Amino acid sequence: MSERSERTIRHRGVSETNAMADWTADEMMTVAAARQLRDGVACFVGIGLPSTAANLARATHAPNLVLIYESGCLGAKPDRLPLSIGDGILADTADAVVSVPEVFNYWLQPGRIDVGFLGAAQLDRYGNINTTVVGGDYDAPKVRLPGAGGAPEIAASCGEVVVIVRQNPRTFTERVDFVTSVGYGSGPGERERLGLRGGGPRLVITDLGVLEPDPVTCELTLTRLHPGVTPEQARAATAWDLAVAERLTTGEPPTARELAVLRALEATKHGGRGEPRRPPP
Amino acid sequence: MAKLVSLADGVADLVHDGDVVALEGFTHLIPFAAGHEIIRQRRQELTLVRMTPDVVYDQLIGAGCARRLVFSWGGNPGVGSLHRFRDAVQHAWPRPLELEEHSHAGMANRYVAGASGLPFAVLRGYTGTDLPRHTTNIRPITCPFTGETLTAVPALRPDVTVVHAQRADRAGNVQIWGITGVQKEAVLAAHRSLVTVEEIVDELEPVPGQVVLPGWAVSAVAEVPGGAHPSYAQGYSVRDNDFYRAWDAVSRHRDTFRAWLDQHVYRAGAVA
Repeated sequence: MSERSERTIRHRGVSETNAMADWTADEMMTVAAARQLRDGVACFVGIGLPSTAANLARATHAPNLVLIYESGCLGAKPDRLPLSIGDGILADTADAVVSVPEVFNYWLQPGRIDVGFLGAAQLDRYGNINTTVVGGDYDAPKVRLPGAGGAPEIAASCGEVVVIVRQNPRTFTERVDFVTSVGYGSGPGERERLGLRGGGPRLVITDLGVLEPDPVTCELTLTRLHPGVTPEQARAATAWDLAVAERLTTGEPPTARELAVLRALEATKHGGRGEPRRPPP
Repeated sequence: MAKLVSLADGVADLVHDGDVVALEGFTHLIPFAAGHEIIRQRRQELTLVRMTPDVVYDQLIGAGCARRLVFSWGGNPGVGSLHRFRDAVQHAWPRPLELEEHSHAGMANRYVAGASGLPFAVLRGYTGTDLPRHTTNIRPITCPFTGETLTAVPALRPDVTVVHAQRADRAGNVQIWGITGVQKEAVLAAHRSLVTVEEIVDELEPVPGQVVLPGWAVSAVAEVPGGAHPSYAQGYSVRDNDFYRAWDAVSRHRDTFRAWLDQHVYRAGAVA
């Protein structure tokens, strides 16, 4: 995790609550996300937090997790964290490397992938995601973000979607400035009306806790807090009036093994200075 | 039959002011050296096409070569934003940049349609997003067999596609392996193509998972060892992740970017 993100968390006071614990809120978030990935499922992985969490899952409780990267690497088994979705370690360790049209048309579109793992710059109460523009209007935005990438079709076609994102009022917003990827649209029945065949967001995992869609209203509801976090902190970090489950639970802190494996993975993210290698014989 | 050319001659012959130009390579095999040559030859008014306009297009956009960008994801992978791209969109520097924005699935299918000689491609995509509101090249279409509403996107037919590959033989047959991305489709969709390679060899030894582009389907091949740096060529080099991280600071300000461009592109001279 970068120094900057750890600082941000300390400023917010979460780490003060965890002052006695030897893990950060970002580590808790990554561990909580990893735990949600069942062994043996096929998971479409974006770079950054999703990739870290998926690789942590594969290195702990889910050795048969199938990691699919949009660069065309199916069943990648990296022993270190890739910096990009196209690092050589992914192709070297994959069951198959296919073209980009193939990964989207043959593998994602027909619904062969169980879980889509996405991040977000903005997210609303129905799990709609913006990664395109923030502020102003589309033609003259205040902040231009990278855009869609694979996300719209991942959100539409995977069996279910898990979102991993740090929770704060700028990100957890009343209305997203741009719908890049559809969650539950404007509410119940919208995915069906649009003809989206995947199930939509099942979980949103943050640095404070876990949100799940209400089975009736589809509205994201706080169902679990990480150790040391209060419901008030989660409400304060949400721009809409956050629904809180009647039976709000508290998750388990990271185990020593989870932390050791996560930190060992993070330590592998550096390196790669472009040394020439010999061509294959 | 592909001509074997120098990089400078290949760009001079095949890339013209005002062209629709696609530089492809999905993280792997990005044709950086060719991008730098396009900047050095001061090409103007280009429509740049690329699924992932990362650092190479940040450089072309910051150098003022582009009028328009057709893309699906514009960032520095694993690092953050593209500052020259953002400066162009948010502040029109060094000139305004028109955007045509898609998803990866849409862009990949547009190349497939172009390579297939079809006017458009059909996919399940974009539905419910705000992209069709801003990109007129995304339209609904009714399946004539089932009545289902799907999405159509028009074929991409670049004037010229530029890719980097591991090697070619003297007849211009090109061999690519590892992550092959959308390069085959992008080359076959284009009117002209330039392939830079790590080396030109007498005979192409087969490699597992290879894609071969026959020499008669390629316009020109130029030998440019290291031409994908800071991206990589599987079997020849590894990704220079430190460069991608360092680019964040270099590109953040106009003056540091200009100094970089001056030192590493304009004064570097063409790789023969």
